[in-house]
Amino acid sequence: MDPGLLAQHVFNGLMLGVIYALVAVGFTLFFGVLDVIKFSHGDVVMLGAFTALAVSVGLTGGGVTSSPLVLAAMLVAAIASMALVGALLARLLVLPLRRAPAINVLLITLMAGTVIREGVRLFYPQGSNPKPFPRLLPGGSSELGAFTLRHDSAILFAVGVLAIVGVHLVLTRTRLGLAIRAVAQDPETASAMGIPFTATVLATFAIGSALAALAGVVNGLYYSEISFNLGLLLGAIGFSAAVIGGLGNVYGAILGGFLFAALQTIGAVALPFASAYKDVFAFAVVIVVMAIRPAGLLAERSAERV
Amino acid sequence: MRLATLLITVMVALATLPAQGKDTVRIAFIGPLTGGVSANGLGGRNSADLAVRLRNADAKAPYTYELVVLDDECKPNVGVQVATKAAADNGIVAGVTHYCSTVAMAAVDVYRKFGLPVIVWGAVLPDITYANDYKEVHRVNGTMINQNEAAARFMTGLRFKRWAVIHDTTDYGKGHNKYFSEDLARSGGQILGTFGVTADQQDFSAELTKIKELKPEVIYFAGLTPVGVRIRSQMDKLGVKAVFQGTSGIVSDAFIEGLGPLAEGVVAFREGAPAEKLPGGRVFLDAYTKQKYPDDPEAYGPFAFAAATLIMDAIDKVGPDRRKVRAELNRTKDYDSVVGKITFDDHRQNAVPLITRFVVQDGKWVVWEDSEYASGKRALVKK
Repeated sequence: MDPGLLAQHVFNGLMLGVIYALVAVGFTLFFGVLDVIKFSHGDVVMLGAFTALAVSVGLTGGGVTSSPLVLAAMLVAAIASMALVGALLARLLVLPLRRAPAINVLLITLMAGTVIREGVRLFYPQGSNPKPFPRLLPGGSSELGAFTLRHDSAILFAVGVLAIVGVHLVLTRTRLGLAIRAVAQDPETASAMGIPFTATVLATFAIGSALAALAGVVNGLYYSEISFNLGLLLGAIGFSAAVIGGLGNVYGAILGGFLFAALQTIGAVALPFASAYKDVFAFAVVIVVMAIRPAGLLAERSAERV
Repeated sequence: MRLATLLITVMVALATLPAQGKDTVRIAFIGPLTGGVSANGLGGRNSADLAVRLRNADAKAPYTYELVVLDDECKPNVGVQVATKAAADNGIVAGVTHYCSTVAMAAVDVYRKFGLPVIVWGAVLPDITYANDYKEVHRVNGTMINQNEAAARFMTGLRFKRWAVIHDTTDYGKGHNKYFSEDLARSGGQILGTFGVTADQQDFSAELTKIKELKPEVIYFAGLTPVGVRIRSQMDKLGVKAVFQGTSGIVSDAFIEGLGPLAEGVVAFREGAPAEKLPGGRVFLDAYTKQKYPDDPEAYGPFAFAAATLIMDAIDKVGPDRRKVRAELNRTKDYDSVVGKITFDDHRQNAVPLITRFVVQDGKWVVWEDSEYASGKRALVKK
């Protein structure tokens, strides 16, 4: 294969991987602190994208023409409001069910996701139709042989990677990160040591959901188009990525995100039959991985959950 | 002067009086009113509604008509539900049904079972009329067989030789792929690669990068507007330089709206002529504009209008009885409508010989012959 085309495939896969990883990290953070699976996460991604779109429509309609300004406002609005939504979902739906079987949390968040999705469909003007997402990043591209690198895609990739690095730094270098890790390891002991349990959990859900909002905006800017049901598949993929990486392990989620993107790309490129089966291929490999390593690729080493 | 006023008042009163004495007859309209292709569904709905309004305004009409509007969301399962709802309602005499081929395919059995005569107004899969012998199912628009034959002949006529095909894996996309591939082989074109994609797929970068390697001159896309928008937009991101050729499924204003300047130079084919070039097109468009509908009639609006008018003519003639209406519709021959003469063949399929070629020029679907691309001022392939 032409090296330029190979580079193109690799970059396509990396770009997908960043979006998946941003979503998967949320799943794994929530599981880490509370041992819950929050199935509304994909729809929070979508809500973040639509919040950004609404802000851009509002600002552009109000006469603001500066792209960086609009973009900054979109990001701030989407991230702040989704952080709030995430914390609210945790406070109102997840925490009260903490002592209930895990399946209840799974169900209640699944329903919350449906409410969010249908809410956008019904209340956003013409919400059922795909919406063009504004192109706010510089549009040029560099050609290296057969490899076309769009500058906006490169920026989006860098932003995604920076966000993931940022989360890593928060978790490892700050007091909040220490608190999150402590609660993840043992909530009772952490509380006994004076770490505020509820506040830490809410902060974790806020961070995860803020990442989801970023994923939504990156998704919108990358494809120049969003629709009300984009969270469905993205949620399923993000969850699978978190699971193959090892639920509860942030690096596992990142690895899982990139792995899933790689599988999809390989499925479409290298398989001799039609690319329509790329999702079938990717999910089938996930099943095989789960059968061989039930705890995921980077399973938590401590066995206290057994 | 006062006498004139009085006369007019009396005349208006007389004109409106008989309307109160008429029986009300209900007919159904089914199409995608929400979802990715809703623009086409709403245009069809408005056009059928327009036909009903015009008929109700006509004092000589023996019945007052009421249009029952149902949304099939372009989903087969929802389509079967609403088709059953309409067909099981004995008050509904006939229906103007379906834009999406997959939905029509799923629903025809329902109409057969309940004996509801329907006229398909937008779905183009041949099997809807040709894979069964249901006397209830008619179609005023043409099928994808005619469309692809004309498309293959026209594009090879422009000296294009190498194609890549992307089709969605529904009946619609697969059908187009089949007929276009066969016709293209006959016309001497070559297909370098065929890619099936799901109808809700978001990312096409892997497929398009593969296509980039194949270096086709034209990408033939068989599918509907939302996926068409995504593929054309991602072609640009990946630097795939090929002509984008679509089917009737992307001939909509929503396609251009979703792409902006990137839509320029996209070609597509559709049965029948554009509204303003149809025999009754001007009259139709003027009447449509007068009703101030918020959405455009879109490509298939005139067909929905013609179908509704044809049904009401049949009911006016034989009365609101499903069996009689079915028999009357079956007999349709050389019927004058806004889309030209309608004649149903032995499978109740209207023979529409005319295929119109479209190209997007300056944010509009322009008939090829009227475009600057045909006159040589612009070229599909930039040198």
